[in-house]
Amino acid sequence: MQKVKNKWIKIGSEVLILASLFTLVQYLITAGLLNQYYQINLTSMCINVILAVSLSLINGFTGQLSLGHAGFMAVGAYVSVIITNMLDLPFIVGILVACLAAGLAGFIIGVPTLRLKGDYLAIATLAFGEIIRVTLQNIDYVNGPAGIMGITKLTTWPWLFGGTVLTVLVIVNLVNSSYGRAIVSIREDEIASELMGINTTKYKVLAFVIGAMFAGLGGAFYAHYFYIIKPETFNFLKSFDILVMVVLGGLGSTTGAIIAAVFITALTAALQSFPAIRMILYALILVIVMIYRPQGLMGNKELSIKIFGRIWSGRNEPDGNK
Amino acid sequence: MLEFTQQIINGLSLGAIYALIALGYTMVYGIIKLINFAHGDIMMVGAFVGYFSLTLLGTNIFVAMLAAMLTCAVFGVLIEKIAYRPLRNSTRIAALITAIGVSLFLEYMAIFLLGPSQKVFPDSAFPLKAYTLGGLSILNKDVFVFVSAVVLMLILQYIIKWTKTGKAMRAVSLDREAAVLMGISVDKTISITFAIGSALAAAAGVMVGVYYNTVNPLMGIIPGLKAFVAAVLGGIGIIPGAMVGGFVMGLLETMVSGYGNSLYRDAVAFGVLILILLIKPSGIFGEDTGEKV
Amino acid sequence: MKSGKKVAMLVIMLFILSIAAGCGGGSQETGGNAGDKADTINVGINVELSGGVASYGTNARDGAVLAIEEINKAGGVLDKQLKGIERDCKSIADEAMSVSAALIGENIVAQIGPLTSGDVAGSTPVMMENKVPLIAPAATAANVTVDDKTGKTRDYIFRVCFIDPFQGTLMAQFATDNLQAKNAVIYCDNSSDYGKGLAEYFEKTFTENGGVILAKEGFVKDDRDFRAALTKIKGLNPDFIYVPGYYQEVAPLIKQARELGITVPMGGCDGWDSPDMVSVAGNEALNNTYFTNHYSSQDKDPKVVKFVEAFKAKYNKEPDAFAALGYDSVQIMVQALKDAGEADPVKLTEALAKIKDFEGITGKMSIDEQHNPVKAGVVIEFKDGKQVMNTRIQP
Repeated sequence: MQKVKNKWIKIGSEVLILASLFTLVQYLITAGLLNQYYQINLTSMCINVILAVSLSLINGFTGQLSLGHAGFMAVGAYVSVIITNMLDLPFIVGILVACLAAGLAGFIIGVPTLRLKGDYLAIATLAFGEIIRVTLQNIDYVNGPAGIMGITKLTTWPWLFGGTVLTVLVIVNLVNSSYGRAIVSIREDEIASELMGINTTKYKVLAFVIGAMFAGLGGAFYAHYFYIIKPETFNFLKSFDILVMVVLGGLGSTTGAIIAAVFITALTAALQSFPAIRMILYALILVIVMIYRPQGLMGNKELSIKIFGRIWSGRNEPDGNK
Repeated sequence: MLEFTQQIINGLSLGAIYALIALGYTMVYGIIKLINFAHGDIMMVGAFVGYFSLTLLGTNIFVAMLAAMLTCAVFGVLIEKIAYRPLRNSTRIAALITAIGVSLFLEYMAIFLLGPSQKVFPDSAFPLKAYTLGGLSILNKDVFVFVSAVVLMLILQYIIKWTKTGKAMRAVSLDREAAVLMGISVDKTISITFAIGSALAAAAGVMVGVYYNTVNPLMGIIPGLKAFVAAVLGGIGIIPGAMVGGFVMGLLETMVSGYGNSLYRDAVAFGVLILILLIKPSGIFGEDTGEKV
Repeated sequence: MKSGKKVAMLVIMLFILSIAAGCGGGSQETGGNAGDKADTINVGINVELSGGVASYGTNARDGAVLAIEEINKAGGVLDKQLKGIERDCKSIADEAMSVSAALIGENIVAQIGPLTSGDVAGSTPVMMENKVPLIAPAATAANVTVDDKTGKTRDYIFRVCFIDPFQGTLMAQFATDNLQAKNAVIYCDNSSDYGKGLAEYFEKTFTENGGVILAKEGFVKDDRDFRAALTKIKGLNPDFIYVPGYYQEVAPLIKQARELGITVPMGGCDGWDSPDMVSVAGNEALNNTYFTNHYSSQDKDPKVVKFVEAFKAKYNKEPDAFAALGYDSVQIMVQALKDAGEADPVKLTEALAKIKDFEGITGKMSIDEQHNPVKAGVVIEFKDGKQVMNTRIQP
């Protein structure tokens, strides 16, 4: 009984904290206290969190190295804009269709390629991501390389917050479910898990599709905030950026992915004033972090304080592992 | 027919450059299983060394090429020592991220030091001559690129097949632990691999300079990616595979631009890559290794 | 382990606090030293200094910085010194937006840049919301200054470069009238809206004049090998080849075309204007090529000569079209500041919209109701490596 009660207290406090965070930021925005610069970077942070967490499901938990995440983001961005701006349907329809389309793209790409292992999979996904980009460049309906400009700004704080929380919740719950244990077992030893009777292909594709769907969500938010989308935005360097967040945070750590996404967005913004050395510093930080902490900031541990505990983790034994 | 032959010539010159870069990729991958994304940028460094050797020191093209190869060999060894060696025993993805970091570092260091604008390779370094053979136009630089690429590949093949170093390289790539037990210095062998791979990339860089006249700090990204695809196409880790992959890639791109739609060139190249991966993941020349439990 | 987690938690809390604190500080700044109390006039320079088009952005920045220095040396404007604040937008639209917002926090009176139409688009909503003018040096897409859905001019967005329709039409006319071309091949930079836009208008006018487009080929930015498509074009034997794009790709393209034995005239646009054209392609290859432009760096106009000399002295390189446009962006803003009489973004915008006969180094221009410059176009011909004025066309 005590346990059940504790659980409800925890869930209650989580909801409370999230609600107050939401209200605080909403208040700051409506009261005009959060200036535009911070709003933009907050948006970037949320979108990057969505992208990083969704990629961490594929790369971190399932252990399938994917380098084509920007491609799914592109699918989401373009589909949502077609729905909202060209067909004049509501944003929610755009988001849902974007997620479905990106998930479908994930399925189409995932089914054949997920048979591949390690680096070969990485290369195949990289190639698919580039094919998506080149294809978009050649579709006149979406203006080819010029992209679609003048997209209505529909990504507001409630949407962003809801989307980010939803992404994290879905992925954390998935990872902690029986599906999640199957998925993690594939990462740990694919052959062994197959011998245990796990249909590895099914779970790999599942993780891939869900990751792609949320990348589509990120893309839809991106398109409806930054006014313009063009194929070049979603090139393989964008996929690398997302991958960097996941690895920097620690493969197999959702909190790690979140922290890294927030950190890298903040770092990018902070370095805007140093144009000459900006990318050099970024590159150095990457190399140094990897040399001194190759497992990423969090390793595969989760950041779990009592209050936040349940949101992110159930997998973590309480400190027993150290 | 004339046009077709011309396209073949175009494809072979382009392929020779891809092949040279792909060789470096493949050697490094073969020995430490690292996709060295910085490899294209080493090519860029080589091109710039060649450029400065030609313009500031006024050397001829062969000296410039040697200078570029030597400098980049040292560079490659240093990069391996500083950035990749500490990660040799951690996950491959960490090493991959480091490679991306090194790549960005080289690109933006070059922009910082030299500016982002392109530099023009002096024409005098390689006076142009055109040979016309019944309507075909063959340039001396076509010949130069093709012949030097083939010569370099032959030298490489000799080193790998017939020298002690080459044997050591093959041994380390086959089984690192066993190689250590046989008394092979793994560190030294890996350093040599990086030196040779980087030197080949540098040679490719100077060729790109001669061939396309310009060099710029971001010139390595696209050829790097293409060469990487070429390496996988031929079977990554396999030296003849990289050569064939490079030429296939060059011919394929040329044919798509020449007879199809040039806008789909990259898509077709990547599409073929995916097909190859799906049908024969280990590449054209790769041997299928059975899964070991 | 427990304490480690607490520390991590603390870091997150601090981070959230810092956002909150930062925004407080930011908004205070906006209220604190508004308008004329500052002793400098801040100008935002939001350009691509890294990423794909870093070279365009850097050149435009160099031109803009040179203009700011010259103006300050001459005593500034409205008795104040100009202060250029440089920020890098990484050649990405979302970064351009974030940078614009940061610059607005610095009380800029106007923003110069970004260069590409896409990055300008990213920056646009922020400029419009805050009512601060943006002067785009080189964004050529028609919908940069005009909302193509409503047909309304974007109040705070201006540019100093040609728009795509003008140049494309100009070259098509020239090809028909002066070169007597009956058919043509278009080989355009397909990775930019610039190349595609020009190609579209060229095709439109050329076919209206009775010409035939034999084929349309495309290349993408950073391509260096064009021989496959060129070999194909050679087989078509056209009267004229239109190559709208930037000099980085066009120069090797022309060189390779001539090497393959293509001798027909080729035409292009202001993106061709760079000293690198001659040094890469060579004098001979460039013979019989023409491009539309607003000025020529080999122009004898004393203003242009002075600019080219000053630029070379400061940066030890020749200015290209981006540098010239960056320079003019600052100069036209200064003219508008003088007209407005005070350093207020809204007044400056009004003055910019009314600019008439401004003597820039890229030509004499007036801003029309769609915030595009109306300036004369010229067709320049390369003769043994020299740019020679062929035809001047008044708009």
